[in-house]
Amino acid sequence: MSNQDPETGSFFPRDRSWHPKAFTPDYKTSVVRSPQKALISFPNTISEITGPVFGHNILGELDHDLIRNFASPGESAIGERIIVHGRVLDERGRGVPGALIEVWQANAGGRYRHKNEGYVAPLDPNFGGCGRTITNQDGAYEFRTVKPGPYPWPNGVNDWRPAHIHFSLFGAGFAQRLITQMYFEGDPLIPLCPIVNAISDERAIEQLVAPLDMANTVPMDARAYKFDIVLRGRRSSLFENKLEGN
Amino acid sequence: MAQSLNRLKESAAQTAGPYVHIGCTPNFLGMTGVFPEDLGHSMVNDKTKGERITITGHVFDGTATPLKDALLEIWQADAGGLYNSPSELRGSADPNFTGWGRQPTDLGTGVFSFETIKPGRVPFGDGRLQAAHISFYIVARGINLGLNTRMYFGDEEEANGKDPILGRVEHKVRVPTLIAPRQGNTYTFEIHLQGDRETIFFDI
Ligand SMILES: [Fe+3]
Repeated sequence: MSNQDPETGSFFPRDRSWHPKAFTPDYKTSVVRSPQKALISFPNTISEITGPVFGHNILGELDHDLIRNFASPGESAIGERIIVHGRVLDERGRGVPGALIEVWQANAGGRYRHKNEGYVAPLDPNFGGCGRTITNQDGAYEFRTVKPGPYPWPNGVNDWRPAHIHFSLFGAGFAQRLITQMYFEGDPLIPLCPIVNAISDERAIEQLVAPLDMANTVPMDARAYKFDIVLRGRRSSLFENKLEGN
Repeated sequence: MAQSLNRLKESAAQTAGPYVHIGCTPNFLGMTGVFPEDLGHSMVNDKTKGERITITGHVFDGTATPLKDALLEIWQADAGGLYNSPSELRGSADPNFTGWGRQPTDLGTGVFSFETIKPGRVPFGDGRLQAAHISFYIVARGINLGLNTRMYFGDEEEANGKDPILGRVEHKVRVPTLIAPRQGNTYTFEIHLQGDRETIFFDI
């Protein structure tokens, strides 16, 4: 099956021991927001196999440049300039073309531009904190931003989130929908974070930590971090149950 | 020893957190000028085929408090039972219907609302028709991995009774958690994350 054929198979079952469990009491908000009854499993139907797909026509010129997409003309966001790039792959290792990626993050001081945010760190008038892009034929993407600051949050009396960027991803099927976070190599706050530690497998955590990528750094401008994201793979549809009449 | 399957692991999910609106619905927050409109805000236009309906409700936590920072997405077939997706090989869906919607819960009241059309029925794997339904994906602070559920229609009693997915539910007493009652053109779908009325969530 090439990338050009329409993707129609059902998805590999989700490995729910790799993902964080719903009930993770060290992350206190999860206590009353975690379903307690068993999930009910069923084989993918056309409702799960299909999903919305977004065209490049939705993208504006600066959508993937968070340094400039909220800034006044001629100005730019304050902070460590970075490029985040990588590929969206499926579990079979193939690039996922046409995947919509939406990102959001705090500014360089750790402050979000949000009505419910009360951290004392100042807003940057030239930084909004949202961006989006769509993967190319190889599943590759990139965007430019400033490195977000760590920030304190009301969980324990002194909990700080490691620096992170939130990622939302659409593959080709609604069952591939994924929201996750990217962390930065070497951040000492990563192993202290109750949200990170909701994931029990160390390898699953490492998969969310982007390494510094000096080879792709733009000299005298921006450092690069590489972040690959893996979405659920599809079964090869050769011997799958076909709908009657097909 | 044997060959490796060479499979990758799906990236682990992390919570969408309290500030999901910045990335997914910035205009709703009043952050205008970056994206012209929030994706998924409108699903229909004047030419969309099908019966216009509103779907509204809340997402309640285990203390029966509505979430005011949740984001919901829905995915559904068009009036003829086709999905607007490249993976839909049975025909071409209504070009005036996206099938996908995204709405935050109100920051003050926790109410969510979608303006859409009633979907047609789509087949199960063995060819039987499923009852008309809408797929939901729910994220929020405190939800580590997005939740999947389905809404069925209260005025489709006969089809619901024969639906292959609802038929898999062992504890029939829970089935009504997925069925939204109709009043006029509005279906009310109250989602409970915990408790006696905990909504059925699916592993899809
Ligand atoms: Fe955050």
